[in-house]
Amino acid sequence: MRRTALLSTSLALALLAATPGCGVFDQPADIQVYSARHYDVEDAFAEFEEQTGKSVEFIFDDDAPLLERIRAEGEDSPADVYMTVDAGNLWNAADQGVLVPIESPALTEAVPESYRDPGNSWFGLALRARTVLYNPDAVDPSEFEATDTYAGLTDPAWQGRLCMRDSSEAYTQSLVASLIDLHGRDGALEIVEGWLANDVEIMSNDILLIEAVDAGTCDVAIVNHYYVARELEAKPDLNAELYWASQEGAGAHVNISGAGVVESSDTKADAQELIEWLATEGQSDFIGGNHEYPVNPAQEPDEIVASFGEFTPMELDAQAYGELNAEAVDLLAEAGYE
Amino acid sequence: MTQTLVPPTPQAPPPGTRSRRLPARGRPLWSATVAVVALLVAAPVIAVLVDVSTGSWPAWPRDLGSMVVTTLALMAGVGVGTLVVGCGLAWLVTAYTFPGRDVLVWLLVLPLAMPAYILGFVFLSTLDAAGPVQQALRGAVGSGVEIPVRSLGGCIVVMSLTLYPYVYLLARAAFVEQGSRTYDAARTLGAGRRRAFFRVLLPLARPSLAAGLALVMMEVLTDFATVQYFGVRTVSVGVYSVWQGSYDFGSAVQLSTLVLLFAVAVLAGERLMRGRARYIQAGHGTVSAPEPLSGWRAGSATTACLLTLAAGFFVPVLRLAAWAVDRFRTAGTAAFDERFGEYLVNSVAVAAIAAMSCCTLAVLIGHAVKLGGGRVVRGFAALTTFGYAVPGAVIGIGTLVVFAAADDLLGALGVPGGTGLLVTGSVLGILYAYAVRFLGPAYQAVDASFAKVSPTMTQSALSLGAPPRRVLTRVHLPLVRPGVAVALVLVSVDAIKELPIVLLLRPFGFTTVSVWVYQLAAENFWTLAALPALLIVGLAVIPVALLFRQIRAADGGGRG
Repeated sequence: MRRTALLSTSLALALLAATPGCGVFDQPADIQVYSARHYDVEDAFAEFEEQTGKSVEFIFDDDAPLLERIRAEGEDSPADVYMTVDAGNLWNAADQGVLVPIESPALTEAVPESYRDPGNSWFGLALRARTVLYNPDAVDPSEFEATDTYAGLTDPAWQGRLCMRDSSEAYTQSLVASLIDLHGRDGALEIVEGWLANDVEIMSNDILLIEAVDAGTCDVAIVNHYYVARELEAKPDLNAELYWASQEGAGAHVNISGAGVVESSDTKADAQELIEWLATEGQSDFIGGNHEYPVNPAQEPDEIVASFGEFTPMELDAQAYGELNAEAVDLLAEAGYE
Repeated sequence: MTQTLVPPTPQAPPPGTRSRRLPARGRPLWSATVAVVALLVAAPVIAVLVDVSTGSWPAWPRDLGSMVVTTLALMAGVGVGTLVVGCGLAWLVTAYTFPGRDVLVWLLVLPLAMPAYILGFVFLSTLDAAGPVQQALRGAVGSGVEIPVRSLGGCIVVMSLTLYPYVYLLARAAFVEQGSRTYDAARTLGAGRRRAFFRVLLPLARPSLAAGLALVMMEVLTDFATVQYFGVRTVSVGVYSVWQGSYDFGSAVQLSTLVLLFAVAVLAGERLMRGRARYIQAGHGTVSAPEPLSGWRAGSATTACLLTLAAGFFVPVLRLAAWAVDRFRTAGTAAFDERFGEYLVNSVAVAAIAAMSCCTLAVLIGHAVKLGGGRVVRGFAALTTFGYAVPGAVIGIGTLVVFAAADDLLGALGVPGGTGLLVTGSVLGILYAYAVRFLGPAYQAVDASFAKVSPTMTQSALSLGAPPRRVLTRVHLPLVRPGVAVALVLVSVDAIKELPIVLLLRPFGFTTVSVWVYQLAAENFWTLAALPALLIVGLAVIPVALLFRQIRAADGGGRG
């Protein structure tokens, strides 16, 4: 038995050593990216490599663990670029000194001011909106409050008709953080309590929300626009319509995916070049089939997304998203929103 | 913090490990081994605790009280559920034969193979109000039907149906080991099968049931994927919401010590459940010939097994299969990632190494405890199981901290090449973190078998002059083989589906099947994620099938 164990262990070790990417013996790539984004980045990086001759490798995890990994690795960290899917996390990384400010005329030109750090530590690359989806058989869009659609859903007319995402989800937290920013803590609490008073059904996934609206078990849900686009792609007869929230008021809630150069990076110039490329020529590769909005106004969104029409986004305040996220979590708990 | 990194030299056992009763040679060395392993295993957790203890008082989440209550309710519900299902089925397949039993006996372990981050979505998308089941129901009964499944009750049912294999495996191992003699004696003395089961066999299996339940509880404690899908806010969910929602890693870790407290309570409960009882196998017994069932009894036995399997395994598998077929129809062979083979090799290799090393360590520890050494050694042995109750991500961070400190130490000592990234530059970090996390289940399974080895047997072997090493290979190892087999299965299946540790510690370019699934599932590409998810299940079938081939051989052989 012992011999078998020994044999299998050495066999397994040999297999591992033979595996490419085992690390120790490999030449590291020119740019190493820690990315909370997986979709399409692989193709975009391959394209970048082809165009510039600089190799890119990346590792995928959630925002928070990646940040913690960079911090634990300290000065030795191989990370050159930190890429997240949430503005609050970018702000937090910059706040903790993990990201380094960069001077880049290309980025200042490509990325609108509202989607980059005033201190130039990070830059948004793709935009998503979180807005209202409704079942046209059950809802007339004129029923929505056009000045403040999110708050309007507290109206008793929506009793038993709402479905929303759970409080553990960053999307919910960031939406509520932006509501706190807009209405103050008490105002935001009133809104969340109003949703609850309407017996909002809480679900744990945006796809489930869209399916519920499509099936008619929910009249209205709050979802990310690109999930709707994706579902439409797979199922063109989806019985659900997107409504742009708060168009006569503060605008629809948006958040960004973005990136910054890591402080401990040894190849900051290359890292900067990659981010610049992603914000300019690489925009279409980066957004690819994910149906997000490009941050660069020079780049057109894809067809399905374009069919949603133009909309006014809510002003994105990364510092507020970052600083108020904890308060949003607390507020949701206080209201009893699960 | 660095002091946790320097392993005590094995030559000098800590004072107090010497037991009054056990003066013989060699044993301090064994006891010291346990202490070293325990310290190494505890190091990442200690490192993280030290790292954050300098911070301010944590910001506890507002609903912490209700989280604690929810956690307790979930643990109680799942505990009862897994005990009834796991123990009941183990008895059914051990004591009776019925159509399909030979296959069902190992199929019933398979729900273990379903990763939690898949399970929640698959169950809800199938069973919630907009899912196919309730749609069909509305079609048949009327539009008014809406059954809420996203609830504590739903979560208890789903977790019981997928976690019962822990109890099932250990209970079955116990029923097999627990010589038939006591059971047969009870039968000869006139007890009915049921009475003999409830009054004799079940109490005898108590240590194994306790160990299985403890594993279930730890799974419940550290799970954050399934519970979130069902909207059940446990303390682990709290840890994640403090970390990811408040960007406050320090508070999150401090909160995760609360999870550890729960784990301490679970292990204490386990010891309590075992009680003073020391049930010892009289030789290496075999189960008496199982009674053949026929007619409606046989039918209902088969049905009970199939229903459990259907609910805990076939429903998610079929749903995944449907998605995978969908994907094939649109994408053809492109449905396979081109580096699929590489992912597979990585998963299998890491799982195999983890299973081997955890089981070896578990046997060594169990052996050392059996040799004596008293409370201190037993305490160290218990310490090795706590890793299982620490959220994987916390172990991952702890490993980073430990290795970073080791790196610095090597650098300070002037060892050339010591700097650079020991952990995240190679798979070493993953393997170490796996050992930390999975020594718990391995030791629980092995220890449950050791508990049934008579101390007199160990003592006689020793007093006949056998050195402890020989006692291990010739006496203990053959006797605890069922436990070792269970441990191998538990660890390899767990290691194949493990996610947070691989995600956090893998070097560039190192991807396993579970990472592949998660990358797709995280962005809701369920039709794409279905295939690799099925692959995980397929991989897990291998150790399970191997285990049962061995068990069947043991059943048939009847000799130790």
